[in-house]
Amino acid sequence: MKQRITGAEALMRSLSAEGVKTIFGYPGGSIMPVYDALYDYTRGEKKAFDHILVRHEQGATHAAEGYARVSGEVGVCIVTSGPGATNTLTGVADAMLDSTPIVVIAGQVPISALGTDFFQEVDLVGVAQPISKWSYQIRHAEDIAWAVSRAFYIARSGRPGPVVLDFLKNAQTEMVDYAPEKVGFVRSYVPYPKLEMDAVQAAADLINGAKKPLALVGQGVELGNAQEELIAFLEKADIPAGRTMLGLSALPSTHPLNVGMLGMHGNYAVNMKEQECDVLIAIGMRFSDRVTGSLKTYAKQAKVIHLDIDKSEINKNVKTTVAVVADCKESLPAITALLKKGDHKEWRESFKPLDKKERAKVIEPAIHPKEGPLLMGEVVNTVAEATQGDAVLVTDVGQNQLFATRYFRYPKHRSICTSGGLGTMGYGMPAAIGATFGAPDRTVVCFMGDGGFQMCIEELGTIMEHQAPVKMILMNNNYLGNVRQWQDMFWQRRKSFTRMMNPCYELIAQGYGIPYEAVTDRKNLAAAVAKMLATKGPYILECAILEDDDVLPMTPPGKSIDEMQLELAPPPTPPVREGRPAE
Amino acid sequence: MNSLYTILVYSENIAGVLNQITAVFTRRQVNIESLNVCASSTPGVHKYTITCYCTEEMVKILKKQIEKRIDVLQARYYTDEDIFMLESSLLKISTQTMLENPEVCRIVRHHGARIVEVNPTYSAVEKTGTTEDILELYEDLNRLGVVRQFARSGRICITRDTREYLDEYLAEREKTVES
Repeated sequence: MKQRITGAEALMRSLSAEGVKTIFGYPGGSIMPVYDALYDYTRGEKKAFDHILVRHEQGATHAAEGYARVSGEVGVCIVTSGPGATNTLTGVADAMLDSTPIVVIAGQVPISALGTDFFQEVDLVGVAQPISKWSYQIRHAEDIAWAVSRAFYIARSGRPGPVVLDFLKNAQTEMVDYAPEKVGFVRSYVPYPKLEMDAVQAAADLINGAKKPLALVGQGVELGNAQEELIAFLEKADIPAGRTMLGLSALPSTHPLNVGMLGMHGNYAVNMKEQECDVLIAIGMRFSDRVTGSLKTYAKQAKVIHLDIDKSEINKNVKTTVAVVADCKESLPAITALLKKGDHKEWRESFKPLDKKERAKVIEPAIHPKEGPLLMGEVVNTVAEATQGDAVLVTDVGQNQLFATRYFRYPKHRSICTSGGLGTMGYGMPAAIGATFGAPDRTVVCFMGDGGFQMCIEELGTIMEHQAPVKMILMNNNYLGNVRQWQDMFWQRRKSFTRMMNPCYELIAQGYGIPYEAVTDRKNLAAAVAKMLATKGPYILECAILEDDDVLPMTPPGKSIDEMQLELAPPPTPPVREGRPAE
Repeated sequence: MNSLYTILVYSENIAGVLNQITAVFTRRQVNIESLNVCASSTPGVHKYTITCYCTEEMVKILKKQIEKRIDVLQARYYTDEDIFMLESSLLKISTQTMLENPEVCRIVRHHGARIVEVNPTYSAVEKTGTTEDILELYEDLNRLGVVRQFARSGRICITRDTREYLDEYLAEREKTVES
């Protein structure tokens, strides 16, 4: 049944029809009609949404990402034109690289003003196109029902991603005979490619013949809700599995076939074994350079089976022997059905001595240090132990992220929010806010460094206003630690602008009325963590970290993954520079 | 090894698709040699004919990245053996010089080009053919110093294949939506 309403109201109804419950946003001139309609839709009889007023539009996108990641729903942002719109671009690019379904709705100047350099006008579709899954300009109110439904369909289907809707102001105020639409088909877009049985058979044959199979599990498994299918597949053929950073909770870390995290700072054994396996089975992962190291030497001995829903990932970085292009929810069971019961005990056992080596050289010193200032690894480990089971891990970017992802535990699905592809500092705090709305029954812990904490620090205001129960763990080492580590390792210890003067975070916490505690002494750590977790609502736990705490192991950039270092190489001799005394 | 590839792209007729297609080339640092955009024989479907020099590995990647754009229906790549192709060109030459030098008309005839306009100031010559045919005509005339303007179109082509892949795709999608 059609009803004559404004475009802004049509947007409200369309969002409601898509099942939207939570909107992260920030008002402004070109989106005022929408905010006016939103006023009614967030209270009283018409209430359909909770609107979370962020403090910066970038925060809205990361919050939408965090929300989407833990809930599996589409995250939604509403912002204004111009700066409001450009502020979302970092989040859009982040969501694109990490396949996160979000829909950004930005106001735009009216159609009569388009292209005139009007106040707060920016060609949003033009700038968003290369970094989004789809961008579209809604020019008239009659397009709304179709465009919004198409946006959600594209964002959530197939390989998910961000969609940007540029919503002209005239379209918000025009009257339209509104009838809801449901887009479930786009002729030019095939989100779920048809499973090719020949490829399934070829993959199964390779796996059945493998002596040293190794699976690489990515976020695709979570996005496809194929966690159970993955376990059935791995268990039947007895295949050890490493997980990418974004795929960490796709396979419970307690599962006996889990052999740890892949990548530059992942686990030692699995990195070494990627160079020894005979069949490599990549499942919903994209062979990022952070996983493969140098492609020239990566897994050259192995036959590669690549399961991905996105055909453009096949042969993009790593040459594939068998490609199975389909949703892994479908391809995994199809392959499993053709597998022989496998037994690769000897192969699996061969990981153990390397694990032992890593535990002795890296893990124990990182999580159970005996003396000196606090280390990031032990902070993460303490929080992981205290939250066993249910917590969602959110991280910022840098050392905090690498330590957190290494030492946290993932017994449950959809338990990690981190900026993997874009590596967006400032992602953590707003993403954690989003996660608290996406998974209101779970504890959300967010590890940040002093750099990233300050990069979206304004979102403390959002946390305060909504009492979003984010347990913030600020691991403060007075450095931009990851860059500092690289400077130490590869740039002759020339610490160019990585040392940072910090504000008094206690006063900042006070300003926002957020409970705060600082830990400087190891003996107080566990109690402080327990207190943080027992406190209702948000909390900031600042930990004074050793200034030159390094993340290990590490594959130096551009090197082969079997050159992974368990300890730091001796410091290189600084080059002698003319006219500049050596330090 | 780099070869010349012709990529045929079909998209829905939605604003902004061309930008998205060219961005794929830019990101992969492949120069577009020529580009032609027009409506295709299928109503509502646009056809892009793009040529570029790259490796086969790269052209496969380009194809997939182009097809990844939501409003692109299909992208396929071809070598020159797989297609019938044409380019058009127009040359504006000085009538005075043409009259003074009989060589000019001889060259025009020799290349099978047509004189489409003659007025006291200039004459217009039209030539259709392959890139090489057109460039040869241009160079021969240019050597005589008569060319005032030269314009060359992008390549257009149809495939030699007996199958119509776009039609097959559209029929397949039609079936999907019905079921």
